[in-house]
Amino acid sequence: MSYAHAIGPQRYVFADLRTLLAKASPARSGDALAGVIADREEERMAARYALADLPLARFLQEAVVPYEDDEVTRLIVDTHDEAAFAPVAHLTVGEFRDWVLSDEADTAALTALHRGLTPEMVAAVSKLMRNQDLILAARKCRVVTRFRNTLGLPGHLAVRLQPNHPTDDPQGIAAALLDGLLYGSGDAVIGINPASDNLPAIWRLLQLMDDLRERYAIPTQSCVLTHVTNTLRAIESGAPVDLVFQSIAGSELTNRSFGVDLALLREARDAALSLGRGTLGNNVMYFETGQGSALSANGHWGVDQQTMEARAYAVARAFDPLLVNTVVGFIGPEYLYDGKEIIRAGLEDHFCGKLLGLPMGCDVCYTNHSEADQDDMDNLLTLLGVAGINFIIGVPGADDIMLNYQSTSFHDALFLRDTLGLKRTPEFETWLQDMGITTAQGRLRPQHADQTLLRYASQI
Amino acid sequence: MKSIHTLLPFRPITPDPWQSLRRYTQARIALGRSGSSLPTAAWLGFGLSHAQARDAVHQPLDAATLHGEIEALGSEHLHVTSRASTRDIYLKRPDLGRQLAPESAAMLAEVRSEAPPDVVFVVADGLSSLAVARHAVPLLRATLPLLQAWKIGPIVVAEQGRVALGDPVAVALEARAVVVLIGERPGLTSADSLGVYLTYAPRSGMTDADRNCISNVRPEGLAYAEAARKIAYLLAGARRLGQSGVALKDDSDADTKLDTPSPFIPSITTTASRGESA
Repeated sequence: MSYAHAIGPQRYVFADLRTLLAKASPARSGDALAGVIADREEERMAARYALADLPLARFLQEAVVPYEDDEVTRLIVDTHDEAAFAPVAHLTVGEFRDWVLSDEADTAALTALHRGLTPEMVAAVSKLMRNQDLILAARKCRVVTRFRNTLGLPGHLAVRLQPNHPTDDPQGIAAALLDGLLYGSGDAVIGINPASDNLPAIWRLLQLMDDLRERYAIPTQSCVLTHVTNTLRAIESGAPVDLVFQSIAGSELTNRSFGVDLALLREARDAALSLGRGTLGNNVMYFETGQGSALSANGHWGVDQQTMEARAYAVARAFDPLLVNTVVGFIGPEYLYDGKEIIRAGLEDHFCGKLLGLPMGCDVCYTNHSEADQDDMDNLLTLLGVAGINFIIGVPGADDIMLNYQSTSFHDALFLRDTLGLKRTPEFETWLQDMGITTAQGRLRPQHADQTLLRYASQI
Repeated sequence: MKSIHTLLPFRPITPDPWQSLRRYTQARIALGRSGSSLPTAAWLGFGLSHAQARDAVHQPLDAATLHGEIEALGSEHLHVTSRASTRDIYLKRPDLGRQLAPESAAMLAEVRSEAPPDVVFVVADGLSSLAVARHAVPLLRATLPLLQAWKIGPIVVAEQGRVALGDPVAVALEARAVVVLIGERPGLTSADSLGVYLTYAPRSGMTDADRNCISNVRPEGLAYAEAARKIAYLLAGARRLGQSGVALKDDSDADTKLDTPSPFIPSITTTASRGESA
């Protein structure tokens, strides 16, 4: 079915739903690379007018990726909750924007709606929203998850401690890990991106983190961000696995290029659940996503990258994750060219994920071949803090010496806490105070050689 | 009269008493803080590193020197360019960096030999010509002697090349496997990381899941000898399996011999596991 909108004498026609969505999307280099971007600014606005008039229910009739060819589409369609959708079923996309921004759409109403929304509906409404809309609406959403602590409470911000090392050197990793803990980071997860796929090396990293956590009774979880099949093998061999990590995307083709499908993710989740290691909850999955991955893997089906990203959240949602991290600026300038595009994408991803009911975090980041710098990251970090992001990344000095990109630092998290009054995960904050790392107000204490963790450091 | 500063030392920076841990890692740990923020020295140091990494992205490959060094190894060598004619186009159009320029494709068609090679090495600038200039030839020098069982084709130097440019090169030369040595995206602490991507039975349309990756080859990262050993291990495994990628695992650190079947781990690492490869 085609869609159209006239502006003066010019009638703009959009051949199908995915074309309409792509043409309505804010400009970014990845959509230009894919050849799906609006040709002119006026065409983009025509697409937005047409999209605003489109009934939300239309998304239940026309798939952007064919149902018979794609298991992600089948997941979206087959698990759609009609009853949850009912309160907004009569709205157009434009009316839905008005409703989402209204006082009527409070936290309870938005929570009840999660399973009634499809990723395409959420992507569509985001294309009609300016940055402040994305912030305001996301701020009203609340997604709380638990494993050994409680993540996502209002007024709270967690940090994934990312102590990567280019050769997985245990001492190097332990040094960065201690630095992070002493800066009050690590409540979302202590998560290592390994340089090696080698099972013994992965075992060593899991053991290192688990030993430290057990020794000091740290109320957090650990993860080695390796391929899901490696984690399955680690579980089978008895390694201390808390969370299963996997990169995912919004189409079966792209997921296959990552070496995964839904059945494999189900198997991995079941394996992690069978270990019963969560003390407060059973959210055992950690997913990472990012706009552009589908195009990069040639699995985008002519769909714009922001809509494909939202579809990845449908995959994540099926597995009740503890953490979903959009690694927004990692992929490079061919998908998100500069600071402006990265900031927009970060806000879109956070909004779409939250509206779909996911515990969204963001790796506020950029690479050295992008037109971006620390000022752009400060802007996105602050905006996401206001928007109520569940967690961010913490890397020593914002410099990941293994993945070769710039993320946010432990200092950046402190900046956000200072300026916005955001607290750490309650269980973790209590632990930090007990360890003499923070004050009763959650501020860092100056440290001295008698700090218990520094005594551990002398043994590494 | 003494100023107040001599009476009360000006100490706005809270130091971190774990600077000794810096001997274990190049990560920016124990930076101290000014309130919650980076002290001035740490902030300027970061700015300088970023400036140098930006420069590494845009520095052109010194192809003449590289060809000379490969010549000195005693290897045949060829030169190709991708369809990305400038660095700016290369950065915005990865698709063009994966395709051979027409004249390069024509040249490879000319040199196709009667007895095709088992493996061809492609040395591509990628996102850091600095990495290639420093590490490609030493890595080749360490690797080639380990491949006695392989007929090795000419070493192909590629300008403005992406990983997948190796596929059309290998197809043109009818090689059964291709190993691409490529400059990884520069980090602040490592502007010169070399990546290695191995693809067996390469053809167009292959994805990251079809390749095996060895990352961060440089003296401060993965040493040449170790990387060479992994390349030889993975090539042997790929030949045995008849494929590379997720099905081929790097268990080279485990107690397994090259010629015995081993439990396998997929090899989508680092950059590939988080999206686009170099």
